[in-house]
Formats: sequence, structure tokens, C-alpha cells
Amino acid sequence: MDVRSQISMLFHLDKCIGCHTCSIACKNIWTDRKGAEYMWWNNVETKPGTGYPTKWEDQNIYKGGWEKNGAKKISLKGSGKIKGLTNIFHNPNLPVIDDYYEPWTYKYLNLIESPKQDDQPTARPVSLITGEPIDIKSGPNWDDDLSGTPDYARKDPNLKNLSPAEQEAMFQLEKMAFFYLPRICNHCLNPACVASCPSGAIYKRGEDGVVLINQKVCRAWRMCVTACPYKKSYFNWSTGKSEKCILCYPRIEAGLAPACMHSCVGRIRYLGVLLYDADRIKDVAAADENSLIDSQLNIILDPFDEEVIKAAKANGVADSTIHAAQYSPVYKFVKTWGIGLPLHPEFRTLPMLFYVPPMLPVMASISDAKNKEQKEKLDPISKIWDDDWLYDTSTEELWGTIEQARFPLQYMANLFSAGDAEKIKQVMKKLMAVRIHRRSETVGDIDSDKTQTTLSEAGITSEMANDIFHLTALAKFDERFVIPPAHRELAMDMLENTGDVKGSSGFGFKEKPQRGI
Amino acid sequence: MDLLNNFLFIALPYVALTVFLVGTIYRYRGTKFKFSSLSSEFLERRKLFWGSVPFHWGIIILFFGHLIGFLFPKDVLAWNSEPVRLLILETSAFIFGISAFIGLFNLLLRRRTNSRIRAVTSWMDLIIEVIILVQIFIGLWIAFGYPWGSSWFAAVLSPYLTSIFTLNPQIDAISVLPLVIKLHISLAFLIVLLIPFSRLVHLLVPPLSYLWRPYQKVIWYWNRKRIRNPKSVWNITEPKNN
Repeated sequence: MDVRSQISMLFHLDKCIGCHTCSIACKNIWTDRKGAEYMWWNNVETKPGTGYPTKWEDQNIYKGGWEKNGAKKISLKGSGKIKGLTNIFHNPNLPVIDDYYEPWTYKYLNLIESPKQDDQPTARPVSLITGEPIDIKSGPNWDDDLSGTPDYARKDPNLKNLSPAEQEAMFQLEKMAFFYLPRICNHCLNPACVASCPSGAIYKRGEDGVVLINQKVCRAWRMCVTACPYKKSYFNWSTGKSEKCILCYPRIEAGLAPACMHSCVGRIRYLGVLLYDADRIKDVAAADENSLIDSQLNIILDPFDEEVIKAAKANGVADSTIHAAQYSPVYKFVKTWGIGLPLHPEFRTLPMLFYVPPMLPVMASISDAKNKEQKEKLDPISKIWDDDWLYDTSTEELWGTIEQARFPLQYMANLFSAGDAEKIKQVMKKLMAVRIHRRSETVGDIDSDKTQTTLSEAGITSEMANDIFHLTALAKFDERFVIPPAHRELAMDMLENTGDVKGSSGFGFKEKPQRGI
Repeated sequence: MDLLNNFLFIALPYVALTVFLVGTIYRYRGTKFKFSSLSSEFLERRKLFWGSVPFHWGIIILFFGHLIGFLFPKDVLAWNSEPVRLLILETSAFIFGISAFIGLFNLLLRRRTNSRIRAVTSWMDLIIEVIILVQIFIGLWIAFGYPWGSSWFAAVLSPYLTSIFTLNPQIDAISVLPLVIKLHISLAFLIVLLIPFSRLVHLLVPPLSYLWRPYQKVIWYWNRKRIRNPKSVWNITEPKNN
């Protein structure tokens, strides 16, 4: 057992309001530079939708991630030692700037300096690459809230395995549903970007699992952009270096939350430590498609287990890190309660971000209001429209609303559980049970028998339901952000050579990060 | 004429090699961030294929062809002793030359016509592209007009290059060569001279170590097991990530 620690983030999607504050905080700190204007290390997508870059989930186009070829063997889909080096002069699978969008600004000076004339002066959009006027074809969040549109939602790669009827049901205007998916780098355990880098510039930090690109070693061979199935490695066209989310490691080392998390309005983000068994990464990454999600969750170790603690200490994991792992909010969501799932585990990179799938669009169902019998049965709080449809948020038929959801569970399964709809259903049942339990506690219009039945059917206790409710709805910042000290003081080279860096320009760039000649 | 020959075949090579050595080492150690192939594929992918691929494969084969001619002149001469083998060698070299020429021509065209690529083009990019294009053209001219290059390269140029590297320059044999060949030699040294001042530095860092490294890479700030062992000796360790 090779116990290592990983800083992991969890997103509670029911709480995400799609305000993009996280994206802006990230942009202001890290990517407001020439060559990085188009990059969104943190972005929020509307699902169903094509995302950013367009259709990034379709690996038939982008050839990202790993593919299984053999009982215990996986290989990089679009790069790797042979493919990567032979395609080094021209990478046929590289996304180009138009797959993201061409960054632009406006000629605001035209508004001020325009001479007196009959027509209103305009601020024309100009490309931030060429400086020439452009017609804006797409931009950041171009498909924001555009679910149901033919250009975006219907081209979502996650619609595979959904029957045409199910797809149509999602896109009818009256029934339309969507949710938001915030994405940053997954800081994977089996990162495809690291494996694809010919220079060896990308690495995973042993202490906290943050995946970083050494800007001094990157030589613009661009394989990481292809290999990352989440398209979270970006090519800076100006400096000729790849860049990616750094999980705000300078902030984390100083005990601060990452900018995206700190600024989150909906408080949907949780950051904590997970202990995992690095010896099992190889097996888990090559697991069978149907056991993929379970084996990925099984690699996370119980931080209270004596054996695990012993192995962690023997492996040099600091006591404070083990302590933080025991109080990790991410561990609670993912392991204790089992309601956090990774995004697209089928890419086999073992992503270390987790998502609580949204219930909001799933919970309410549309029923045929013409059915009089059903109408009478309905809860009085449900709203009755004059047309044929009825927006039903009643909790009369508890599991019925999940199974007959207007938002197909299969869609969620394609996103979060490698297509295993049963897994999503279990999570949904738990989330629903928490709601019913809380309703019976606070409003009291659901009798306790029924509450107990739903709780036991979902496999949670009432204490657990209260805990889930607490961490979901009431948790203060210190409960959502549990990170151990970085223990940089233990880095021997820094301890012993402190005099060497005193009074110098310190860490980071000592030369300007400019394009080479 | 002697003065010019001395300059072109003694002074220029030594200046070029010195500047190359000092310049690249300084640049690698001092300005590592600026070491990059500066790929522009992200801004334009389709046309790059018809430039980058034929150029790179062509120029790599030609480079190693010249290198083999320099390092193993006797073996090349032995190979060329059969006319058929000579013809095969010369023809395939010529085809790779054409490939490199067409590729670079396409690259130059793309660099001049695509506004996005123009935005990331420096003067040095254009200078080296034009110089290498001229160099390949002259090379093709020599291959066509002064056959059989692979044989007389081994006989004339290999001794000259050896004499340069053994610090005992002998230029008698090449002083009498035709002008185009002289130009080809001088341009070659000019390109060597320009390497540290251009994006050509990327040819010094081919990522071949990728072939034998493990796919995954984890870096620790400290030796996590040793630091916890009170018996381990404290000694200075260098950070491993720079």
C-alpha cells in the first residue's frame, strides 16, 4: 500500500447558479495575459450543451484520454510515445483556436475620438491575436443557458445511449431543463497530459497531487492539449508554452482557498484531502467498463482505518495531512455518504474532482394533465397549467419522480458514472431522502413512517441525512475548506539553503515570461 | 581571393562554432523560458501539414545524410562504388531535398499570408526561413549540377570538416571548388551561427528521453521517507523540478 494524499474538490451542482464568478476570479488572477486571453482554466458550462472547447467530450474528434486495449493494458488514445513523436511536426488531433474562440476586444477609442458626424460612432470588435476587425462567431460561454437549441444542446456528446424520444423530451420548450457544470483541471491520478508530454515538463506534485507544467521545460510539442480528455491543458500561442489550472497552489500553500472556490457565490465548492493507494492506480485505470466507477471510488482509502494511518505515516504523509483527511468534506460526500461522483470516469485518467449530481431538473416531472384521475391525486402545491402539461413537483410518488424524470438519468450517467444509470439513481434516492427527511422535520407534513421508509430505501440513516443537510446547506467556510499546511518548512533544500534565496528575487520567474526569439 | 577564402572557411567556421556553443549554453541556462519550438499549429493547422511535415522529415534525413558523409567517408565511398547504389542514394537524397524545399516554401508562404501567423512572426523567423530556403535550393542545384555529391563530399569536404574540428584547418582543396558549393558551405556555418539567436534552438532539445521514461511523473519536494527518519543524515539536496 503506497498511501499518498491528494487535494480534491467537490462541486455540489444543485447549488450552482451559473453566475461564472469563479471563472472571472480565475481569469483575473491567472489568465489575463497575452496568449492566455482565450483560456478559461475554470469555466462553467450549460448542460446539455457542447461546452468549451466545442464538443470537448467527443473523443472521436479530439482523441483525448486513455483507451483500454487488453485485459490489463491501457494506452493514450491520440498521443503516447510512438504516436506522439511521429506526430510531433503536425499533430492531427490538436484543437485549434477556432475550437475555443478567437479572443477579441473593442476599439473603444473610436467612441471618444470620432469626429462630429451624422452617424453614431461604433466600437468595432478587433481580434486580440491579429488586431484586425473580426466578426465575432463565438466567445466564452457562447451557449450559456442555450439548452434546447439545435446548435448546442442537440450536439452534446453525452446524448449517446439516449432514445430519440428521450432526447426530444429534453428539448421541448415547455419541458426544457438544464444545469450548470463548473470545470477546472481534475488533477487526475493517472493524468494523460503528464503521460503525453514528450519533454517531461508536466508532473504531479507528490505531496498534494497538484498537476503542474514546468514552464521552463515545456517546448510546445502540444501533446498535452490533445491528451487531456477534459481539454484543460491550454496552449499559449504567444509564449509557446502550455498552461493549465494550478489549483491556485500559491494560495493553497499559504492556507487560502483557490480563487474559484473563494469567490463561489453559491458556496457549491468543497476542498479537502483524500488519501489514496498509489499502488492500485494501474489496475483501476485498466478496470472493466462496468466496474470502472466503483474501482475508482475504491482507490480512496478510509483515513480512520488504523492500517491506512500506519501505512500513510510510514510513507511520509504528515500527521496534519492525515488529520485533515479525517475531516475532509470531500471524503464525506464521496465515500461516507456516497453522493459524489467523478466527471467522465470512462476517460480513465482517474479524475480527482467530484460532483454531486443535480436533482433540481430531475426531480420535477411533466405529467399528462388530461389524466383526471392523476390530477386529483396530485399534491395541491403542484402548479396546473392550462395546456396539456403539468409541472409536477409533488412528492406523492417518491421514486416515481426519479424513474420518470423529465431529465433522463442516462444523461447524468453518461456524465458522471460511465453510463451506469443505476449508480445515479442511488445518489438521487439519497438526495431525495434527505429532502423528505428535512421536510418531515421542519414542515411536518410527511409522516415519520414514510420518511423512515425512504431513508432506509436510500440506505442512509436520519443522522446521516442531517449531516448531509448540514454540510450542503449550512456549512461555514471552515467546514467546506479543510486543507493541511503545505509543510514547505520540511523541504530540506529550503531549510538548509535559506541564505541562498534571502534577498534574491525569490521564487517564480526570474526572467520575463516572454515569447522566445 | 585568398583573404575571402580564409574568411569564409577558417574565420567564419570558428566564429560560428564559438558563438553557437557559448550562445546556446548561455541561452539554455539563462533564459530557459525562451527555449521552445514556438509551434503555431494552434493558430493554423491545415496548411501547416503541407509545410511542416515534408520540411522536417526532409531536412532531418538530409542532416543525417551530411553527418554520415562527414563521419564515415570511407563507408560512403564503398557504398557508392556500385553505380546502382550511388544512384539510389543520390536520388533518394534529392527527393528528400525537394520535400524539404517544398515544405519550407509552404511554411514561408503560410507565414506571410496568414494574418494570425503574421502576428506571431519575428524578423528572425523570416531571416532563418529565407536563409534555409536558399540553402536547400543551392543544395539541390549542387546535387543536380555537380554530381555525384555523396562521393566528392566524402573525398573533399569530410577532410576539410575534420581539419576544422581538429583545429588544423586545411582549405586548399575547397578553395578551388565552384562558387555555389562555397556558398553552400558558408551558409551552413551562418545557420550554425544563427541557431542561438533564433527558434532553431529547438533542434537541440529533441524529446527523445520520452522514449525511455515511464509515462507518469511525480515530483516530491523532499524525500518523504527519509525526512521522517531521525537517523538519516541531513545533506543538501537540490530541488528536482527546475
